[in-house]
Amino acid sequence: MAIDADIFEKVKATLVDALGVDDDEVTEEATLVGDLGAESIDFLDIVFRLEKTFGIKVERGELFPEDILTNAAYVQNNRINEEGLAELRSRLPFIDLTEFEKNPVVQEFASRMTVADMCRFVEYKLKG
Amino acid sequence: MRWYWIDRYTEFVRGERATAVKNISLAEEHMHDHFKYFPVMPHSLVVEGVAQTGGLLISEYKNCQEKVVLAKIVKAIFHCEAYPGQTLTYRVHAENIHDKGASITATSHIGDVLHAEFEMMFAFLDTAQWNKELFTMREHRHLLHSFHVYEVGVNADGTPLQEPECFLRLDKE
Repeated sequence: MAIDADIFEKVKATLVDALGVDDDEVTEEATLVGDLGAESIDFLDIVFRLEKTFGIKVERGELFPEDILTNAAYVQNNRINEEGLAELRSRLPFIDLTEFEKNPVVQEFASRMTVADMCRFVEYKLKG
Repeated sequence: MRWYWIDRYTEFVRGERATAVKNISLAEEHMHDHFKYFPVMPHSLVVEGVAQTGGLLISEYKNCQEKVVLAKIVKAIFHCEAYPGQTLTYRVHAENIHDKGASITATSHIGDVLHAEFEMMFAFLDTAQWNKELFTMREHRHLLHSFHVYEVGVNADGTPLQEPECFLRLDKE
């Protein structure tokens, strides 16, 4: 699904400010953790900036579902089980989980989140 | 030596903004160790002072129940140096206060001159993982009184700031 150009530009500016990266590093495919070096506190910073930029309200766990990723009912041997994956699909319809589902290790979830996922999240929130 | 990098608050509006001052003295040891023969206020200690100003603003808003730590310096731009005999005025605005952390913007002035600008983030440590106290409740209370928080502090509606219940309970122990 194509990313809205206006949303992408604003998300890019948000990530440049929050992560101190260069403009050209922020591509749709770039992963927030692996490519752009985001750490856990950065996600909160990004959420604050997205709220301000787009006039949206992001509830806890909405973008980063730590309640699912740390729930013993959904995590066995550090892997998300089928029920957990179903919950992730339901709660985060804006993220393409196809690759993650092949090896659903908890730590991989944050590592795989891309700039495009972030844009789709904003689009999803703006549609209400 | 105590790790206090502000001298007192001159304004404290609960959960919104605070102003604190730091008087720079030639008697401070770091003046002679940071750059030999060039006594100047280290930028890192200005950052710490601003972080203390903002961190306590956030902590007080959370009724002193959160373990508030400086987690990220998003921006710290210095425009000039500060020397002994000068007073730094730190003005902090709480931009966001969330259930996991908070962000502030701040400035440091020498008189009317803009000395530095900041953006910072604070995290609230997960008490399940960090069971060690950062301060005892008595130390925390003493700190806020030392900085004159309850002399100048007001709520958002302008009424005088009151101590949180966790401090008042200390009087009954």
